[in-house]
Order: sequence, then C-alpha cells, then structure tokens
Amino acid sequence: MTTRFKKEVLDTPAWWQDLDRFIEEEKAKNPGHVQSALIPVLHYVQDRYGYIPEKAANHVAQSLGVPTVYVWGVASFYSYFSLTPKGVYTIRVCTGTACYVQGSQAVLDEFARRLEIKPGESTEDGLFTLEEARCLGACGQAPVVMVNERFHAKVQPEQVSDIVADYTAEAHATLSAEE
Amino acid sequence: MSSAVEVLEKIKRDASPIIAGEVKEPQVLVGIATCALAGGAQDTLDAVESAMDGNGSAGLGKVGCVGCCNLEPLMEVRKPGEPTRMYVNVDPERAAEIVRRDVMGNSPIEDWQMEAVEGIGALAPEGAPAPGEDHDIVDRFTRDWRRLDFFRRQTRICLRNVGRIDPESIDDYLAVGGYSALAKCLSELSRQEVIDIVKESGLRGRGGAGFPTGLKWQFTHDAPGDPKFVVCNADEGDPGAFMDRSTLEGDPHSVVEALAICAYAVGAKRGFIYVRAEYPLAVERLRIAIEQATERGILGDDVLGTGHEFRLEIRLGAGAFVCGEETALLASIEGKRGMPRPRPPFPAASGLWGQPTNINNVETLANVPAIILLGAEWYSSIGTEKSKGTKVFALAGNVVNTGLIEVPMGVTLREVVYDIGGGIPGGKEFKAAQTGGPSGGCLPTKYLDTPIDYESLKAAGAIMGSGGLIVMDDHTCMVDIAKFFLTFTQDESCGKCTPCREGTKRMLEVLERITEGKGEALDLERLKRLGAAAQRASLCGLGQSAPNPVLSTMDQFPEEYEAHIHDDRCPTGVCSALVSYVIVEETCIGCGLCKRVCPVHCIAGEARQPHEIDDAICVRCGACYEKCPVDAIAIK
Repeated sequence: MTTRFKKEVLDTPAWWQDLDRFIEEEKAKNPGHVQSALIPVLHYVQDRYGYIPEKAANHVAQSLGVPTVYVWGVASFYSYFSLTPKGVYTIRVCTGTACYVQGSQAVLDEFARRLEIKPGESTEDGLFTLEEARCLGACGQAPVVMVNERFHAKVQPEQVSDIVADYTAEAHATLSAEE
Repeated sequence: MSSAVEVLEKIKRDASPIIAGEVKEPQVLVGIATCALAGGAQDTLDAVESAMDGNGSAGLGKVGCVGCCNLEPLMEVRKPGEPTRMYVNVDPERAAEIVRRDVMGNSPIEDWQMEAVEGIGALAPEGAPAPGEDHDIVDRFTRDWRRLDFFRRQTRICLRNVGRIDPESIDDYLAVGGYSALAKCLSELSRQEVIDIVKESGLRGRGGAGFPTGLKWQFTHDAPGDPKFVVCNADEGDPGAFMDRSTLEGDPHSVVEALAICAYAVGAKRGFIYVRAEYPLAVERLRIAIEQATERGILGDDVLGTGHEFRLEIRLGAGAFVCGEETALLASIEGKRGMPRPRPPFPAASGLWGQPTNINNVETLANVPAIILLGAEWYSSIGTEKSKGTKVFALAGNVVNTGLIEVPMGVTLREVVYDIGGGIPGGKEFKAAQTGGPSGGCLPTKYLDTPIDYESLKAAGAIMGSGGLIVMDDHTCMVDIAKFFLTFTQDESCGKCTPCREGTKRMLEVLERITEGKGEALDLERLKRLGAAAQRASLCGLGQSAPNPVLSTMDQFPEEYEAHIHDDRCPTGVCSALVSYVIVEETCIGCGLCKRVCPVHCIAGEARQPHEIDDAICVRCGACYEKCPVDAIAIK
C-alpha cells in the first residue's frame, strides 16, 4: 500500500471570515476600482491553500461582483496561480539562463526520471510536485533548486537522489510523529 | 511653518542608525539577500548569533548583497580604528571560528578573507583613489576590502547603499543622506525644476528601452487629468537578471524616495510598486520601508510637513513575463489578465484606469535621489555622449566572479568579463556574452572591445536590455541557447496578437528540428522570414524582440547552425540527439569517477582498467564528460 501524503487544508468558518476581511480591506484601498483587488485576493487564497480551489474562486467572484469565469480567466492566465492541489514538497528547478548554461536541464531531467513525473505534475502519493522555475534570481549559485522555501545551491544531477531521499525521510518522520 | 528640510533634520536627530553610523564597538555584518540565502547565509547568521551569545559587546547586523554572489555567504567584521575584514564562503563552522578568533580575539584569519580569493583582483595601494571617492554620497568605497579590483573598477550610484546599510532600518538610510533629495525638492525646487534636473542629467530608462526619463516625467506632468499615478516596474522577468531584486533587497528606501520625488514632480498622490511574487524578500523589505517612511511622516497625507499627499501600495506580480511590458503591467494592477494594448496612447497620457501615469523601472528610480543631490552636471559627466551615468549588470554564467556590478557606461565588455569578472573558469575559452535576455543578442569574441552603451550594443546586434549579462564558454551550443530563449518567449507570449503567438511557436518548431538533427537546408531562410515578421508586426516588446536571440546567433555563429543542419553534428556536444559519448581506451586511467556520477549506471569497468559506456542506456547527460579528470571521454 502506498502512503498518501496530504497538505493540511484550513477549511474552517474562521478561514472564510479572514478571507472576507481581507477582501474588504483590499476593496477599500481603491474605491471605485473594486476589480483591482482580484490579484491580491488570489495571492491570499493561494498562500493559504497552496492552490485556488473552485469554491474559493466562486466566493471571490461573488464578493467582487464579477463572473466566476472572469476569476478563472485571470487565475489561469498567471502561471504563479495553481488550479490543482500541489504535493507536500514543490521542487522548483530553476531554468533561468545562468542555471541553464550551468546544466540545470540535466538536473530537471534527473528529478523527472527519479520521481517518474513530468515537470508540472505531482507524484501519485502526493509528496512531490516538480516544476520548472523562471529565474529565481540566485544566479551566482547556479544551478539552483528550491524545495518549498529551502534553497539548494550548485546542484548536480548526482545529488538528486539524495535530495529526494532526504525529503521523503522528513515526510515519513512527520507522518509518524503525527500518528 | 518649517520647511521640508527642517522637518527632515528633526527626524534625523531622533534616528539611531544600526550600521551606518560610526563604528564604536566590534560589529559583525552578514549579507542577507536571496543569493546569500541560497548560499546558506541563514545558517551562518544563526551560527554567529550563538557564537556571540553572552558576549554583549559586539553588534550583529544584516546587510544587502555587496555583489560577490559566488563567495556567499559573506561576513564583514568591523572594529573601531581597524581595517574592515570581509570573510568569504562563511559556513557555520567558519563563522564560529571567526567570531572566536577575530571578533572576540584579536587575530584576523587572512586565508578566509576576500583578498585571498583568486581572480578577485589585486588590492590597490593604500590611499589609492577609488571611483566616486570625491563625492559624499557615492563615497562608498573607502572600506578596505573595497580597494580590490572587483570593486574599484565599478562606480556604484544606483547601488550606493547596497551592502552598506541595514535595508530594514530607515535610520541607516537617513544616516547616509536618505530622503535629503526629497526634502530638497519639496522645499527648494519647483516641479518643473525637478523635471529639468532629471532631463539634463541624461538619465535614460534602465528597463531596456532607454527612453529619456526626464521626458517621460514631462509628458505625465503636462498631461491633463487628475488623479495622476506613479508606478515602479519591479517585474524583473528576464532569466539571468537580478539587478532590481538586489536593489530592492539592499536599499528599498532609495526607490521609495525616488517615487515620492517623481510623484511631486508629475503631480501624483498615489503610487504603486509592481514586484514579482518570486521575490518574497524584496517584497518584505519594501513593505517595511513603506511602513517606516509612513510612520516618520515621509509618506502619507503630509509629506515632510509640506501638506503634500503621497501614498504607496505594493502589488505582486503572478508569474507573467509579459507584465514587464508597461501596458500589460497596468492591466494587471487593474485586476485583469496581463495583456498589452497598442500604444499610443502612452501611459503618460492614459495609463492606470485611463489616468496619466508615469512608469519607471527600479534602477532608473534608484539613481534619482543621487542626481537631485549631486546635480545633473555631475551625473552627465559619467558615461558616454549619449548614454549617461552607470549601468548595473547581473554578471552570471561561465565567469569566475559571478555577481552584481555597476559600471560607468562606455566600459568595454572585456573589462567587465576579465577585469571585474575574473575571466572564464576551468581554463575554458570565452565564446560569447549574452545581454538583454530573451530580447537580446550575443556578443562573440570580436566584440570584446565594444564599449557598453545603448548605441554600440545595438550596432553590434545585441541590446543593453535590463542588465542580465550571461557569459558563455566554448562548451555552450549557440543553437541550443537560441532554442532556450525562444522556448521562454513562446511560453510567455500572452497570445493576444498572431505574429508573436504563432511566430514564436513556428520558429521554435524549426529550432527543435535543427537540434534533433532533422534540420533542412531551407530552415535558416524560414527562421529569418518568421523572425522578421514577428519583429515588425507584434503588438508589444515581447514579440518584437523575441526573434533577436535567434537572429543574432544565426548572424554571429552561422557555422554552428550549418553543422547541425548539414553534418548532423553539434560541435559543442550539447544537443544530446546529435552526440554519443565514448571512452578513449588509451587515455582512460580507470579511476571510476565517471561510473560514480553516471545517473543511469551505464558505465562499467574494473578499477584501473579502461571503462566502457553502454550507448543503449546512456541518457547523454554529459555528467561523465564534465567529471573525467583526464579528458578521456570523447563526443562522437
């Protein structure tokens, strides 16, 4: 049996109240231009959920007085917003120019091979999401890999298996601590 | 009523700078910026903190990036009356040792200091003048390690405070002359006089297009309509560029001050800073800066007691490269898809919500306070006839000293790559420098002595761009690089206009074919035609410049394209479909390094016996080729 890893979802009445408060604050900043609150609100939702769930999109549309399809139109335009849940760890391999000329494509390929997923996909157990990152701005440390908020500098393909193993171990440790 | 200058004087009297003041006690400064964090600076900071625990006499501070990204984490030790020490590659163990021996004890460790690093250049003789030393505000080079070649050849105006002050302390910024330019404008200069100074300075837009900044301000000033807005474009999207990030992380107040000056000049009461969401630290420091400036009465409804109103709001981007284009950026602030629209009308006439809007990039703005304080004449004395002042470059790729540098316009590419950059690592040869990212072009060896300014770079087939400067060695395949940039622009094309949406896609298909060894003789002609069409007919800068990397590499390296198409050969061995790796039996020493790095375990062989690669399993990653100590692996 494969273990399923899941991110904690904050689906409580308090969460929705906080969201409403945030929406009102943003609306008040530019009265007369309510729609301009949309992108800050989407950031707020994604920061807390890890992605933009459908019910949140519906709620935001109603609060801002725009059709839901408009919210989806904007959310899907920007690559930063994800419309599907992510793994516990999001591995972002920088493919900016500096990283690319230092061999980040081989690092990305090795992650894809080892995790058996393509960039943009998540592993079946919900543990890893693999992404190509636009320049992370740490070109002096190229090639750079970011796992959630943690940086890994000057990563070589042969380090990939260790990185994956370390996070897998960390996840199992967290899981057994919870149980 | 007291003037803005007097109000500022009062604010400054109550300020208590953390780092920028006189060194009265031993100080440890750790560089905390994104590149430093990537290098492990947080662990270093923690280690210093615990090593100094209980020794209350020494201060610990955080600074922005001084520019030597490859030597991170960096740690500076300052003691009263002593030369400062800049330690490099400070891991937690080193940090503890430095605190023990240098900070607490009295024996600096020379081997770990920047002077000991190979390639960073010689130390100038004691007392030798450094650029900018005769001016108070740019007098940032007096600390001892700044006499190194890497720093001496730079003129840091935009970056004048980066790495020198605590970016999270407004008191530090005030101590180095911060907000004096704003006070001067408000109490001594009319709106038109401010605009005239910027015009006469010759400052041009540093986002890439090079439009005269003063003229832009004038247009917004003259445009009828109220309210007006000022916007800072910090949506730094070019891969390989981190100038704006470093400026915002190291000196956020300079941009806040410049926006307040600009707002006064053009008559705006509100401003926006549009920053990439991928830059969390820059966003956080900007937020702190705006909060502090508001608290002190520098922003808000009564700017420095003059009755002027100016409020500033941060907006996060959401990962759309096209939002660096000004009309797309404004659409994004309005809560729409970030798509550009035809110009005219330009934002100066009709921008945010149809109102007159002035948009400048981070680096452009960061220069403004210095220009106001030191004058247009001073600024225009730096640089070339048509390109005034300095340019910040993010120096990266195959170069010894990667990092952030600021040089006067007109220095040559050779000076940047060799004198400041320290040359190419690993004994390889310089092949080309790429400027302007996905909108730019490549400069091969013959352009090494080209002066860096807007006009010369354009004449050489590249562009100034926003400041990404990627150095490539002779192991880089130019066809692959062209494909890399086009993959980027094709992906980032917003899809609104056909020439860009379809043109980039078709060009990419041709390039993919060429790199897979399926190129046709007519492909070069196709690329040229498609490129010309996209350049002429696209709606915005993204599409108009997307073909540049392809056309420029075709122009500079025609033989590489021909080798791919006619000989099914990638001369550098990068395009994996066109290579296979073999071990030369006579040269192989059987050390087994290749076997260990191979990710698919396709190399076999006994110790001290020649090894062999199984071509059927090989994924052509090139790891073995890079690792072999005796160059026994050949590309076939």
